[in-house]
Amino acid sequence: MLRQALGVGVATGAYGVSFGAVSVAAGLTVAQTCALSLLMFTGASQFALVGVLAAGGSPLAGAATAVLIGSRNTFYGVRMGALLGWRGARRAAAAHVLIDESTAVGLAHASPQAAARLGFAATGLSVLVLWNAATLAGALAGSALGDPRRLGLDAAVGAAFLALVWPQVRGRRALGVAVGAAALALVLVPATPAGVPVLAAVGVAVLAGLLRARGGAT
Amino acid sequence: MSAAVATWLAVLGASLGCYLLKLLGLSVPASLLAHPVVARTALLLPVALLSALVAVQVLGGTGTLVVDARLPALALAALLLWRGAPFLVVVVSAAALAAVLRLLG
Repeated sequence: MLRQALGVGVATGAYGVSFGAVSVAAGLTVAQTCALSLLMFTGASQFALVGVLAAGGSPLAGAATAVLIGSRNTFYGVRMGALLGWRGARRAAAAHVLIDESTAVGLAHASPQAAARLGFAATGLSVLVLWNAATLAGALAGSALGDPRRLGLDAAVGAAFLALVWPQVRGRRALGVAVGAAALALVLVPATPAGVPVLAAVGVAVLAGLLRARGGAT
Repeated sequence: MSAAVATWLAVLGASLGCYLLKLLGLSVPASLLAHPVVARTALLLPVALLSALVAVQVLGGTGTLVVDARLPALALAALLLWRGAPFLVVVVSAAALAAVLRLLG
């Protein structure tokens, strides 16, 4: 299990390099980039914040988008809370490393509780260390490389978002939401300030969430 | 407020928000968030926001839509993801294609 935790950490470290490079290309400083990986520590939200800023959106719109994307972790927490059974300071520490990877490994070893705790904590720590080291390396490399457009780094951001959303699009409802949100954003780009087209996607998600599933398909 | 200060506030504020969302999940009784509409919406939120980010990132210009090397790069990314390529391969290949297309034209 510890090897699995380390393996997951190494794999996510690779995302960290791209995040670091993309973030400085978006105009954030190396310090701001590293602060995001250390303090926010949830990849999709971090990419979202720098993505909105790169597109000319306001810091407030960037922050709002990042926090809304972070809502997914709340539902990981609901599943992991009962499984881990931690309180007080341990729970507060566990919350920081509550991410896709630690949840997946924790759930994969759900019984006995000690195995779930070890899998969750080892994966969380392994990703925390390697993600932050990789972010720093990516940010330093990104600032040394120069013009981000010439290197295609702006195209890398779109590809990164597509790779992040890809495994989450399961079923017709999610596919409909993905296409609908993208189309709405494109319609809004010429008509609204930067940042608004992305935040408008919340409406699509809420609308789809309210629709009843027909025949159990979701 | 200077742009640097505003960016720092966004970084720190959003980090705090994301942490509190994680802690909330670990702290509330499971039944509180068990309503299917709430659970469904929370899982669809990232899908919607990330999809909108893909669209804006690839076709967005300043106040207008722009088709350039980013679009073929995204198509390549989609093809690689469909073939099951890892994250880093997808991102680096997309960047490389855009860089080459710009170099040529």
